[in-house]
Amino acid sequence: MTEHRVTRSDRQSTIGLALSAVLFVLLFLLPWWDGDGSLRVPLVAILYYLALAQMWNLLAGFAGLVSIGQQMFVGIGIYTLLSFAEDFGVDPYLSVLLAGVVAAVLSLPVAAFAFRLRGGYFAIGTWVIAEVFRLIALESDFLGGANVRTLTRESLGGYSLDTRNTVTYLMALGLAAGATAIVVLVLRSRLGLALRSIRDNSEGARGLGVSVARAKLVVWVISAFWTGMTGAVILLHNPSTRAESAFSVLRWTALVVFIAIIGGVGSTTGPIIGVAIYWFVREFLEDAEEWRFIILGLIAAVMAIMAPRGIYGLLQKRWTVQFFPVRRRLVGPGVGRSAGTGPPGRAADAVGTGR
Amino acid sequence: MEWLNAIVQGILLGGLFALFATGLSLAFGVMRFVNLAHGDLAILGAFVAVSVTTALGLNPFVSLVVVVPVMLAAGYALQLGAFNFTISPDPLPSILVTFGLGVVIQNALLQTYSADSRGLDVGSIEIESIKITDAIAVGWIPLITLVVAVAVLGALQLMLSRTALGRAFRAVSDDPATARLMGINDRNLYAVAMGIAFATVAIAGVFLGIRQSFGPLDGPAQLLYAFEAVVIGGLGSVWGTLVGGLLLGVAHTVGGQFEVSFGYGSGPLLGHIVFLVVLATKPSGLLGRRAE
Repeated sequence: MTEHRVTRSDRQSTIGLALSAVLFVLLFLLPWWDGDGSLRVPLVAILYYLALAQMWNLLAGFAGLVSIGQQMFVGIGIYTLLSFAEDFGVDPYLSVLLAGVVAAVLSLPVAAFAFRLRGGYFAIGTWVIAEVFRLIALESDFLGGANVRTLTRESLGGYSLDTRNTVTYLMALGLAAGATAIVVLVLRSRLGLALRSIRDNSEGARGLGVSVARAKLVVWVISAFWTGMTGAVILLHNPSTRAESAFSVLRWTALVVFIAIIGGVGSTTGPIIGVAIYWFVREFLEDAEEWRFIILGLIAAVMAIMAPRGIYGLLQKRWTVQFFPVRRRLVGPGVGRSAGTGPPGRAADAVGTGR
Repeated sequence: MEWLNAIVQGILLGGLFALFATGLSLAFGVMRFVNLAHGDLAILGAFVAVSVTTALGLNPFVSLVVVVPVMLAAGYALQLGAFNFTISPDPLPSILVTFGLGVVIQNALLQTYSADSRGLDVGSIEIESIKITDAIAVGWIPLITLVVAVAVLGALQLMLSRTALGRAFRAVSDDPATARLMGINDRNLYAVAMGIAFATVAIAGVFLGIRQSFGPLDGPAQLLYAFEAVVIGGLGSVWGTLVGGLLLGVAHTVGGQFEVSFGYGSGPLLGHIVFLVVLATKPSGLLGRRAE
């Protein structure tokens, strides 16, 4: 007698995982076949944007925490790396990890204030707190944010330019792949189940013993940690900064939000689609940053009204596809005969629908 | 005396913050709508005033006759054509639409008017002031701004408490479903509320432009100040918005006293700190009825 069980994998997600693994290996080996770095250098920006978009998506798409203050964690990461590597002589690559730790620690007091606000007011509240950090960096003599500060060759140690480029690229790849893996793993865990129950019915979830505040806080700290490390890698890629650019809401939150909305908020695949579209727009409008913001902003605003689940949501309306194994389905005798192809996958907890 | 002067100037500056906060407070009160493009719309209003004054040779104060109706119509149309589709228990779509709109406005202004700072010139009244003591003088422009802010908030309060339109606003705010059963067209009412919000924010933008120079990217800072005034004063309270604006203004000018030792960010930073302290100790605001 066969038993009923809940599964998250199906043939598609197995193929999806296999394809992702192949892509990852190809990208990982890139430094050894992309000799002149013509592909590697532009890819770094795409990869760190993917990491930022996945982390924003984890907050906004799954935990209902629509943060417009992500630039604070990027800026904290940038200034932590500068400070540790330049002022204290810590190894820059170790400092990347420390940047994440500092961002995670600082995210706790931030949460103590911001979590008192809901919805749109939470969004502006996080923005205010990001401004506080920007002003502190700008006015602090120690951080010297009003001046351009550069990660100098001395603090980058004895590493050659080629090694540095390769390590930065591999770190960006690790952050992007890691961010995607974190979202997939969180969704598969108890925490993911808790988040979805909160999203569907907050009071009901609370009644069943889900600690809403704790679940949100855990996700908040994870996102801060990863965003802070991403900030540090952004500095490794582009070693000069000042407070205005390190805490830029346009670069580190607006673009990230647009990428996530266009691709699909509340799905793991959405940010990957979004970042591909960002790459495309960037190639076409290389020297026109303002037009990039106008076009991506307009597409994102229109999509938020017409297709709130983004391109991934539009694809899902036609085909039930899942790239990563996160959706829970019941299989066993009598159910799921059409598993993976038909409506069963569109159950209430389907990722990307049923919000 | 220096400190007393800082407080007087802060109260005057607070008039401008209250004017900015009015529209944000109204849109939230009527339809729980948070407009993240609020500050950018004010700056847009100021730039429209720049174009109107140069094209028609008008005084910026007179240009309000053009700017306010234009923005009112824009607010009405945007709510009806776009924002209404985002109204749901889920705040995400409305945040995303207005945030995207704000970024588009900023960059469109950069493209149209360049990144240069602009100002609105109203003539010699800009530098004239009423001397109270040797150390304290009240500028005419800040004083007019404060009076206009009190007048706008007073008119809003009267409208909400005394008129049929105000009753309808309060009804949809309390219970949109029942209000609909009573024959209220809530979608249209939301558009009217957004039109009024745009009109007040346009006035605020023009007064900002008369008071100081401004650039295409100055919108977000104004949004944050307006939001802080609303939260400090308390959600759902018209006079709270005024009190919040005034307190924030005083925080800015008192903080500005530390400019020499700390830097130019000291005013806004003290403003943010006052906001965070109120948020931590009294989340419902000073005059608010409920926490949100």
